[in-house]
Amino acid sequence: MMGRIETAFAAAASMKKPAFIGFTVAGDPDKATCIRIARALIAGGTDILELGVPFSDPVADGPTIQKADERALAAGTTPDTVFEIVREIRKESGVPIVFLTYYNIVCRRGIERFYQEAHDAGVDGILIADMPVEESGEVCATAARYGIDPIFLITRTTTEDRIRKIAEKAHGYLYLVAVLGVTGVRGQVSEGAIDLLHRVRKHTRLPLALGFGISTPAHTRTCARAGADGVIVGSAIVEIVERNLSDHDTMVLELQDYVQSMRRVHESQE
Amino acid sequence: MSALLELEGAYEKVSKDPQFARDLAAFQTEYAGRETPLTFCPNASRELGCRLYLKREDLVHGGSHKLNNTLGQALLAKQMGKKRLIAETGAGQHGVATAIVGAVLGMPVEVYMGEVDMQRQALNVFRMELMGAKVIPVKSGTRTLKDAINEALRDWVANVRDTYYLIGSVVGPHPYPLMVRDFQSVIGREAREQVLRKEGRLPDVIVACVGGGSNAIGIFYPFLTDDVELIGVEAGGEGIGTGKHSATLCAGDAGVLHGTLSYLLQDEHGQVMPTHSISAGLDYPGVGPEHAMLKDKHRVTYVAVNDPEVLDAFKFLSKTEGIIPALESAHAVAYVMQNAERFDKDDIVIINLSGRGDKDVAEVAAMKGGA
Repeated sequence: MMGRIETAFAAAASMKKPAFIGFTVAGDPDKATCIRIARALIAGGTDILELGVPFSDPVADGPTIQKADERALAAGTTPDTVFEIVREIRKESGVPIVFLTYYNIVCRRGIERFYQEAHDAGVDGILIADMPVEESGEVCATAARYGIDPIFLITRTTTEDRIRKIAEKAHGYLYLVAVLGVTGVRGQVSEGAIDLLHRVRKHTRLPLALGFGISTPAHTRTCARAGADGVIVGSAIVEIVERNLSDHDTMVLELQDYVQSMRRVHESQE
Repeated sequence: MSALLELEGAYEKVSKDPQFARDLAAFQTEYAGRETPLTFCPNASRELGCRLYLKREDLVHGGSHKLNNTLGQALLAKQMGKKRLIAETGAGQHGVATAIVGAVLGMPVEVYMGEVDMQRQALNVFRMELMGAKVIPVKSGTRTLKDAINEALRDWVANVRDTYYLIGSVVGPHPYPLMVRDFQSVIGREAREQVLRKEGRLPDVIVACVGGGSNAIGIFYPFLTDDVELIGVEAGGEGIGTGKHSATLCAGDAGVLHGTLSYLLQDEHGQVMPTHSISAGLDYPGVGPEHAMLKDKHRVTYVAVNDPEVLDAFKFLSKTEGIIPALESAHAVAYVMQNAERFDKDDIVIINLSGRGDKDVAEVAAMKGGA
């Protein structure tokens, strides 16, 4: 049986376009609004929803997402809140849901318990940003038992040898980091990102999604032309949230429009 | 991760290279002012009822033990062909020590420092800038040391090809804790020879303050297999019961921060807790992983002393011996004062005086009840 993530990539591929993967921080700015944000992203056509499980020290993230983490934590978000958000979304949508988090959050709750609760809530994949593949044995074994895809980051400085190791352990998709550095909106997709896509392609048949610094329809077009199976957009979405903290109705409308505009580009590729 | 593997390989190479060892030794002697004295304290010894010695890392160029590490790592960075040094700093001592090596080795330096710490340690900010380093204020999170490390890590991943991240303590991912320990253990090696020369025997007790834990591991390491009691003193802040402290080993539990599994001050969900200490240099919610192991193996005893006792110790050492200790090092002095009745008058006690207190004088004067 195909998992939700695999199905989403297959569906996008059959329409000859990269999957649109939208990210928001769970609990930002609060639980109820976050659920509205998720609905708007899904309504706009998000193929895979990535939820950041907020952490006090998100070293892989830039200032936009760190501030979102701080807002979510200030609103009292805990892993329990995040699982509740997933359960709410699951009541109305079969969209694949992937967690992005940091090792201490998982470790503190207990790896077994975290993956079991994630599975029960309806999570499809988990990426732990500060867990190198070399240290992922226990997590990957647990993920396999609960049918959750372990997703890994690959950067432009990752060696061929480590790309091979990561490709062996990963399921679902590989998250290719398009820039050197942290998350955040940037001017254009770099040549390096395209090189990376081609390098990783040699080692795996898993879908390859490009993220970090992708925010405009033009970026999406570049990624699609280079053969990316998915594009991941985080900071651009979180910026819309941040801009509209005092007006949630405008926030969700803008989010839905934004995702639609990114998706239209996909379709014009055909 | 690739950068860490590159660093590990490069460090392995230089640690076997006699030329590297000679270069480092030359800098330590001719530039840093090593070896540092092991000073007997006649007045404090009389008052406390033991034979008290200070290992004088306050006399290292720059005013603290931090230069031992920055010299080693900067020479390594040069060997690796890196063009730029970045560092984090809490009290500013590590930032100053990095600015020093950047100036003398001709490498540009950028130092991340929490906004709160920049206010607390304005003098060190000025010193760094004077030596050509750029100090970048960190405005995220708690705006102290851990957030400065976050920002430095972010800079490093963005500029990893030409930039060397010079971590200041035995924290962060492997190989940093090991490498920093090796560079700092010159403290313990010297102290061991000196005490044998002066007293004809090993000391009974060695006391050092612990934030990240680099000065402590530096003096402890060469004594680990000896019959010497080792005591690490953490920052109890306003008291462990108040929650306003930085006593990671005394009050924390297992967690992962900055690529290290160690003790961590965290809440029930794994969020890292804000810390407090009178000394910015101890204000860190994690601690070196080797200290965690030494605690679990019961080889080192870790205790905490609170801010008021630290202030008393700061004044005590200044008055009795004419030596103004850094507030960080004053934690170790405070422990010995609090436990004076434990010691016999013939007991040899060594305190690692990891830094001098000039940087703290203005802040202490601003507090109530100055000298």
